[in-house]
Amino acid sequence: MELTRRDVLAALAAASAGCSFPEDASGDGFSSEETETLVSLAEVVYPSDVTSIENFVRDYSLARVEGRGEYREGMRDAIAELDEHAETFHDQAFAALPKPTRDEALRGLGVDAADPDPEGATRERVRYYLVNELLFALYTTPTGGELLGTENPPGHPGGTRSYQGAR
Amino acid sequence: MSPDRTPAGRADVCVVGAGPAGALVAERLATAGRDVVVLEAGPRFEQDREEQMETYLRPAHAETEVWDMGGPRDAFVSSGRSYPLNALRVKGVGGSTLHWQGMVMRLHEQDFELESSVGLGRDWPIDYADLKPYYAAAESALGVAGADDNPFAPPRDEPFPMPAFPPSKSDSLFADACESAGITTHSVPNARNSESYDGRSACVGYGTCSPVCPSGAKYDATTTIADAEEAGARVVSEVPVQRLEHDAAGERVTGAVYATPDGEEHTQEAREFVLACGGVETPRLLLLSDSPQYPDGLANSSGAVGRYFMDHLFAGMGGRVGEETRQHHVGFMTSESHQFYDRPDDSRSAIKLEFLNYAGPSPVGAALSGDDWGDELVERVRDSYGNHLAMGGLVEQLPRAENRIRLHPTKTDDHGNPVPEVVWSLDERTRRTIERANEIQRRVFDELGVEPDWVTGPESTTPTAHHMGTTRMGEDPEASVVDPELRTHDLSNLSIASSSVFVTAGAMNPTLTIAALALKCADHLEERL
Repeated sequence: MELTRRDVLAALAAASAGCSFPEDASGDGFSSEETETLVSLAEVVYPSDVTSIENFVRDYSLARVEGRGEYREGMRDAIAELDEHAETFHDQAFAALPKPTRDEALRGLGVDAADPDPEGATRERVRYYLVNELLFALYTTPTGGELLGTENPPGHPGGTRSYQGAR
Repeated sequence: MSPDRTPAGRADVCVVGAGPAGALVAERLATAGRDVVVLEAGPRFEQDREEQMETYLRPAHAETEVWDMGGPRDAFVSSGRSYPLNALRVKGVGGSTLHWQGMVMRLHEQDFELESSVGLGRDWPIDYADLKPYYAAAESALGVAGADDNPFAPPRDEPFPMPAFPPSKSDSLFADACESAGITTHSVPNARNSESYDGRSACVGYGTCSPVCPSGAKYDATTTIADAEEAGARVVSEVPVQRLEHDAAGERVTGAVYATPDGEEHTQEAREFVLACGGVETPRLLLLSDSPQYPDGLANSSGAVGRYFMDHLFAGMGGRVGEETRQHHVGFMTSESHQFYDRPDDSRSAIKLEFLNYAGPSPVGAALSGDDWGDELVERVRDSYGNHLAMGGLVEQLPRAENRIRLHPTKTDDHGNPVPEVVWSLDERTRRTIERANEIQRRVFDELGVEPDWVTGPESTTPTAHHMGTTRMGEDPEASVVDPELRTHDLSNLSIASSSVFVTAGAMNPTLTIAALALKCADHLEERL
């Protein structure tokens, strides 16, 4: 299932980020390394049959933090801590690890069982700022919702026909 | 720069509370050219509503964070059966309509004459015909989408402002089962745009109506407040009124004393005062306004202030069927049954049956809450979402003096005022009626061939945040707080526009009746000014 620019716009509509791509993609967003970490994380937490993850994550994340410096810093800190954990226990940055090892690193940090908390411990902030951030982006789109059984998930302004049974 | 919160000169009308009742009173009187000041305890919410929606959808946040509910400002004590006062009550410009679901039914004719018809509760001093034109005006003001397909509804003279939302996929499953069970279903009047109305868009299906509608299709009182301000009303936020002061004769209120965020206290003077701060804060403010002349609280010579507190009780059940039910596509209901509303005798109170469109877990909530991700997550959520069905229902609670709001003797709020103590319990008739609602719901589930996997009955029932009865309306000054014109018996320039004036609760969501009474209150005020 391919993620498209339309999915990026749908995800942004559900998030507090407006509904447009930032005009200047080189602005205050993320470094290329940070973006790589986000993409490599999405490859782990997204279902295996989702494709074009890189463009989706790149475009969504950049638009998502535009004008939201505090949120961006929360994401950047969480990325740095995730990388630090990967370096400590797996000797490489998170993005450089094979996909199964990334999964292992996340679980080793306790992110799977962590409650999302923007002010919590590392595992809780990684869960909030990174894992749940990416899951929220995907599953509030019709494409992500369809994977779960609904093309009009909560958060997506999908109109008033689908609840009547129309597809 | 913070807004000017110093008092205006003596106003024609001072309204306490900027929820739907206060907003409608303010809008009508300001439009009529009156000088109106509204004092609101809570803030103006100016954040992005999509941001609020995200706060709601992401599991790191409590739902009460969306509208800043609770905390020291809203401290309270619950005695008897646990009462979650701040779970659904919003303080701020717009009041609890910011959070509400937006169901707007008229009370039935029998609701106004319950004592004389079946020997329950007490009759209202007004009847349905008195309120009927105000119901129509309220439906117009809020913007109601509805249809004339309800054979149990009271008579009406005009169509709804907008067409009803069509029934849902799950409604159609319930409709077949209900037909087999001899139960008639019909549409739900919604204060939610089924088409563009009053400058607001039609519903676009965000599915998060309660607690927040990002599109503005759901009515909330900020729109009426905006109209009031456009007409010249002054609305001051974050100024909780601490007490009312009266003249030496004890016949008229002279001022509303309010606190500002910077710790100042001011007094707003006015010719007329309207309390529109809900079924808990309205009696609390009267009790806080005691004086040597009124040692038991203002407007309380009857002793009824704070008493007869009522809420509606939830009764429901849910289960899973062998097909897709399309839940959580929208956050509102589209079918109900009022067949069991009117009471045949004194054996039970009113029951309103509902068919939910958001049964079972939300797919987004489920996706963000597990300890898995990737394919495992999809498998888990697909297994938990998609084929749930649920029925709900509201059950009437009759007025009893022992259910009450009173001032707590020791606990105080962030301004040093005694907090409200909610003394609340269920009587046997209410329990029996909840059981009866469950029996009817069980019949429907039997027809569906579904074994419910949850039931909310008399033991597990919860209140539904409809706070009513605490300054009841009546002709007799010794047994009621306000007269049929919503003016207190004791003070000639003090009116109350609130569910607190309800004499009985019925089992309909109360906001349309609150709005109708507010419009009636505004008419009486305009006659006097």
